[in-house]
Amino acid sequence: MSKIIASAAIRASHSLFRTAEEMLDKAIAEKGKDFVFEFPDTAFYLPLVYAMTAFPVKTLADMKVALEMAREMLHEEPEEKLWKPYLGEALDSGMATLFCEEIILALRYIEGLEPDTDPETGYVYNGFITDTIQRNLGIQLVDGRMPGFAAIIGAAPDDETAVKIVRELQEKNILIFLSGESGGDSVTRQLLRKNVELGWDTYIVPLGTKTEHTLYALDWSIRASLIFGGNKPGDYRAHLKYTKDRVFAFALVLGELDDVKWSTGAGAINMGYPAICDTDVPVIHPTGVCTYEHVEKELDHGKIVQRAFEVRGLKVTVEKPPIPVSYGPAFEGERIRKEDMFIEFGGNRTPAFEWVRTREMEEVEDGKVVLVGTDIEERYRAGGQMPLGIVIDVAGRKMQKDFEAIIERKLHHNINEAQGLWHMGQRDIVWMRISKQAYKEGITLEHIGTIHNTMTHNRFKAIVDKVQVTLYFDEKDVLELQEQARAVYRERDHRLAGLTDESVDTYYSCLLCQSFAPSHVCVISPERLGLCGAYNWLDTKAAFEIDPTGGNQPIKKGEVLDARAGRWAGVDEYLKANSAGAVESLNLYTIMDNPMTSCGCFECIVAIIPEANGVMLVQRGHTGMTPVGMKFSTLAGTVGGGTQNPGFMGIGVNFITSRKFLYADGGIRRIVWMTKNLKERIAEDFKKRCEEEGVPDLLDKIADETVAEDSEKLLEYLTSVGHPALEMDPMF
Amino acid sequence: MDKVTKSASTSAAEIIQWGEAHHLETCFERAEKLKQCPIGETGACCRVCHMGPCRLVGRNAEERAKGVCGASLATVAARNLVRMIAGGTAAHSDHARDMAMTLLAAAEGTAKDFKVTDVRKLYKVADILGIEFEGRPVNDVARDVALKFIEDFGRQTGELNYNKRAPRKTRERWKKWGIAPRGIDREVVEAMHRTSVGVDHEADHLLTQGLRTALADGWGGCMISTDITDILFGTPKPLRAESSFGIFREDEVNLIVHGHEPTLAEIIVDVASSADMIEYAKSRGAKGINLGGMCCTANEVLMRHGIPTAGGFTNQELGIMTGLVDAMTVDVQCIMPAIAKLSEKFHTKVITTSPKAKIPGAVHVEYDEHHARETAEKIVKMAIDNYPNRTSEGSHITRKTPLIAGFSHEYIEYMQGGKWRASFRPLNDAIMAGRIRGVVGLVGCDNPRVQATSIHKYLATELIKNDVLIVSTGCGSAACGTAGYLTPETALENAGPGLREVCEAIGIPPILHLGACVDNSRILTIATAMAHEGGLSDEIGGMPAVGIAPEWMSEKAIAIGTYFAASGVPVIMGGESPVGASREVEKIMTEVWFERFMGALHFEPDPEKILAMTLDYIDKARERLKLRKYEPGKFGAERVLMDMAARRELEKSAAGAAHAGVGGIRESQS
Repeated sequence: MSKIIASAAIRASHSLFRTAEEMLDKAIAEKGKDFVFEFPDTAFYLPLVYAMTAFPVKTLADMKVALEMAREMLHEEPEEKLWKPYLGEALDSGMATLFCEEIILALRYIEGLEPDTDPETGYVYNGFITDTIQRNLGIQLVDGRMPGFAAIIGAAPDDETAVKIVRELQEKNILIFLSGESGGDSVTRQLLRKNVELGWDTYIVPLGTKTEHTLYALDWSIRASLIFGGNKPGDYRAHLKYTKDRVFAFALVLGELDDVKWSTGAGAINMGYPAICDTDVPVIHPTGVCTYEHVEKELDHGKIVQRAFEVRGLKVTVEKPPIPVSYGPAFEGERIRKEDMFIEFGGNRTPAFEWVRTREMEEVEDGKVVLVGTDIEERYRAGGQMPLGIVIDVAGRKMQKDFEAIIERKLHHNINEAQGLWHMGQRDIVWMRISKQAYKEGITLEHIGTIHNTMTHNRFKAIVDKVQVTLYFDEKDVLELQEQARAVYRERDHRLAGLTDESVDTYYSCLLCQSFAPSHVCVISPERLGLCGAYNWLDTKAAFEIDPTGGNQPIKKGEVLDARAGRWAGVDEYLKANSAGAVESLNLYTIMDNPMTSCGCFECIVAIIPEANGVMLVQRGHTGMTPVGMKFSTLAGTVGGGTQNPGFMGIGVNFITSRKFLYADGGIRRIVWMTKNLKERIAEDFKKRCEEEGVPDLLDKIADETVAEDSEKLLEYLTSVGHPALEMDPMF
Repeated sequence: MDKVTKSASTSAAEIIQWGEAHHLETCFERAEKLKQCPIGETGACCRVCHMGPCRLVGRNAEERAKGVCGASLATVAARNLVRMIAGGTAAHSDHARDMAMTLLAAAEGTAKDFKVTDVRKLYKVADILGIEFEGRPVNDVARDVALKFIEDFGRQTGELNYNKRAPRKTRERWKKWGIAPRGIDREVVEAMHRTSVGVDHEADHLLTQGLRTALADGWGGCMISTDITDILFGTPKPLRAESSFGIFREDEVNLIVHGHEPTLAEIIVDVASSADMIEYAKSRGAKGINLGGMCCTANEVLMRHGIPTAGGFTNQELGIMTGLVDAMTVDVQCIMPAIAKLSEKFHTKVITTSPKAKIPGAVHVEYDEHHARETAEKIVKMAIDNYPNRTSEGSHITRKTPLIAGFSHEYIEYMQGGKWRASFRPLNDAIMAGRIRGVVGLVGCDNPRVQATSIHKYLATELIKNDVLIVSTGCGSAACGTAGYLTPETALENAGPGLREVCEAIGIPPILHLGACVDNSRILTIATAMAHEGGLSDEIGGMPAVGIAPEWMSEKAIAIGTYFAASGVPVIMGGESPVGASREVEKIMTEVWFERFMGALHFEPDPEKILAMTLDYIDKARERLKLRKYEPGKFGAERVLMDMAARRELEKSAAGAAHAGVGGIRESQS
């Protein structure tokens, strides 16, 4: 019964509190109370304590304060008979446990014990999850590629079962966190023994060997509320409502439970995350703290994932081509090393290309895969290398030429999502591998066509009625068709370059992030792509055709209110209606006045440096200091959550080279500082833009972290090189 | 067949028998001897002027009977009821006024024995009243709160401060029908005026003032009293305690606090546990001082300190008859004057303490809040000094039952989610899912005209078996406590399968003791919180909830029943109807009120019928709310599985639709 759970949760909170207190006292004795601590790459201190209480833990002395908050949540165990109520007390104890675990893990970082290492296998766990990873995953969180999160705690009864459960979760696109152990074993070890590839790319993230490490996943999920939800630190009701309503996480507890597992679980229930156990445990069915059951058991491992989805209220629709290997985004990140490779195509080893063509309806035989070449089967069975030309003919009443490139860009994902198939590049620089394992499991060359066929239908069902795939394997054919394809690529690029904001009367919104950032709206124009970098105007146009009620909606520009700043009556009207009242007006081409809001998953941040009369650019993942005196992680905290912050803006990297980049503020001339990494990434296009703007040497005049990380040095540098921003009109 | 005992409590029944054997008269015997006047009982007696009393009886009295002035039966019955409401409202509210004066005196430092104990509650109240509290000295806030409350008593126009705590729709109904109370005293005075000779004669119109006066009781007097008591002495949270006559100790000084007011009792709790007094008690041969309570003063100190209770109203004479009570202090309300006479047969000292209440034969030690401790010390000493006078005379009873009490609104919210997730969501969910069929307030007095406490016990047993969660107050709580029902084990052993699951999840008894009868206000705020939580009714009216006072006798019970009816709760009072003579009045109070307020005031003596009516009200409310039909053992949340598109819509759908309410793809069975 519930009392057993409550008692365990309460007991563990006391013992973890004592552990945390001892460790903290020891750390203070050794390092002094002013010793500064921060988890790697986060702007949120001890994220859970910060979100719940608004108290920023910066030093060991602060940690002591946070620990005292945990003490206040400790309770007595319920009596054997005539007990007093225990649910509220158990939930508080669970939260105390999470506070204590966060402090314990912080102290382990100080001692150099984190990330955790498996003493047996030497495997190094992920440890704390950084803000960067959180933001990197932003778009996956909202587009359905990562609809839910499973924290697996403990160990399956055997290695095969562990793999089976994990594979099922992967196929359902669930991000998996692993922690804790049971009976001396853990799912991490079980997967390692079965050579399952672990890591963010495969959706399997081992956090640590102890139950306490589960806290890293909870720390991560509470930051979603701070970053994407725009909820303020200390507004615990808002955070916990956010996690309950929007973060579809649950725990799968495999093997026997101990007090710490129950108590950590009680903490997670505060956040709306239920636990599904594979042992005969007491259950808590009445709903209300979680959306549905709080604790459930499912002894059948074949049903446990499905049961977990029901308990969490999670719906996952997966479309999978008929192939003999697993399929889904979780398999996209897998690598195929040379020794595991059976055969490869392209990659400068053989000629290869991919090409999507629009055809008339009667020219396409739907579902057909044609293989063209000599001795194809034998050559494939021999392995090694083969040339490969992929021509995909599509037809549909709503198909437009502009959509070819979009369909083509998905070919990468189509192949990569198959387990044991690997894909890189696009067009005529494509590179593909098939693993020995996949070959053994029955992958044939025809399957490449089958995958494209099925997935093109699935992804573009509203615009594509028929798909036929032809695969060419003879070098002569491939080279010949490649030339035709190249002509089309060039033509497309040319057309795209001519696509300007002025040339269209409709922009598109992107509301995908509203599942996480309820008030944020991206306005996507031909010359300004989404801030996540994943959606440009054509993508959104196609997406609207595919799903007219989906996350991308047309915005009629309407009357021009300010051509220079980029303000249109239609855009303002749309925003008022769709930003939950957060945004009244938007200027697309300036950072100074009603700039675009951010959900939180921007590729980089533009921030004004008043003293330099210009702006700086820093990309996600840059961990160094910037001239505005904030690291990316801190800066990001001020930009996200769907609010307009003049002087600060999140953007997609490709926007930097757009003619509309800060158009009203003076354009690229305003850029005074940009990370080296960014400079390298955009160099080619940027130089072109510099020439267009008549400042061919601008890139060299822009400072980076090698010359300045503070504004003083920056100014020195700008003056010494004569940066044009210094001579421009003041930004204010 | 066994002789039916006079009380459903074994201990009480044994003492009654012992008393009968010793020729000691109690209310039970008097109730047997003194039949109710059949004319007055049904509301047909008018004595508001000295042309009468007029009795409006005979064939077709409703149409034909008239008083000397020409008043109809409906007028007379309605007037009588309104006067009862005014009496009850005056009682609670005068108590509340004293609480407000005590808070004011404490804040101003003139009542040095009192202070603000629960600052958080003070801030909550200040916030509701629109009083600035951040960064201000606690006593300044307390003073402003007290003054703001004091305004409520003498306000002539406008509305009570707390009216705004009611759900919007509930208030709209009050506005529409003109029953939003203005000032507490004003409503009572107007009720007395309109019911005096030659003023208001239309039954419906008269009863409307009854509703308004009752609301002044519920959302005024009662709620003010509850909140100030929490501020001064702490908001209750669960604690273990004991009840029944076995709480008296043979070897300790037994001091009983009886009545309704908490202020002096709180100080007595303090004084009785002081080392000096215990030492003094020892010097008189006792091992210590055993403080116990009775009636609602008992509930006040039980809820906050776990002081054991010897039971409710009908136990007061029986307590003395144990021969173990060295002193019994009484303040106001529900104190039988008979105890003074009875105490002469024993060594017990009955001490009246309120400046408002004296009883011939009792010692009077007058209390005022400025000298609380002195008074308390005097009383405790009197009890100690009387200990050596104890004789073996009396019906010594050792039986007692354990209980869990202390369920304030605040704790009930906390227990459903802890500090971080406190809400009423689990309760609303449980009702929606059919785990809990509905909620009943089982409240009110116990009454010697029936087998005392038996109807409470019957209904409590049947209701929890039917998955109905019970909240109780006053002597209803005492009845359930003495019966041993206020334990978490009761849920496991006797509750229906759904209610049992909920009680198990939270760790609660199936009957929650909310406090004294004045704390029925907690039920109002709980119902309001349920309305705000969403998923059920968006006002108090229409909830699957019923109020029952099965053994009521006090005018206060009528005031309480009426304020629940006016707030939207169907109420069933036990016993014969005090307006039974007029079908017209009964119809107004049931059908007409239900149409206007979704509440009603029924009178029904048959316990089985009370049960059937209650379940019918609950099931009909479930039906109106389109909740799943209640079936014992069959329940489950309506499950909505969310894909990404559904999540994007969250913000747009009203009240965050993460909670189901529509659709439903599977049912779970327990």
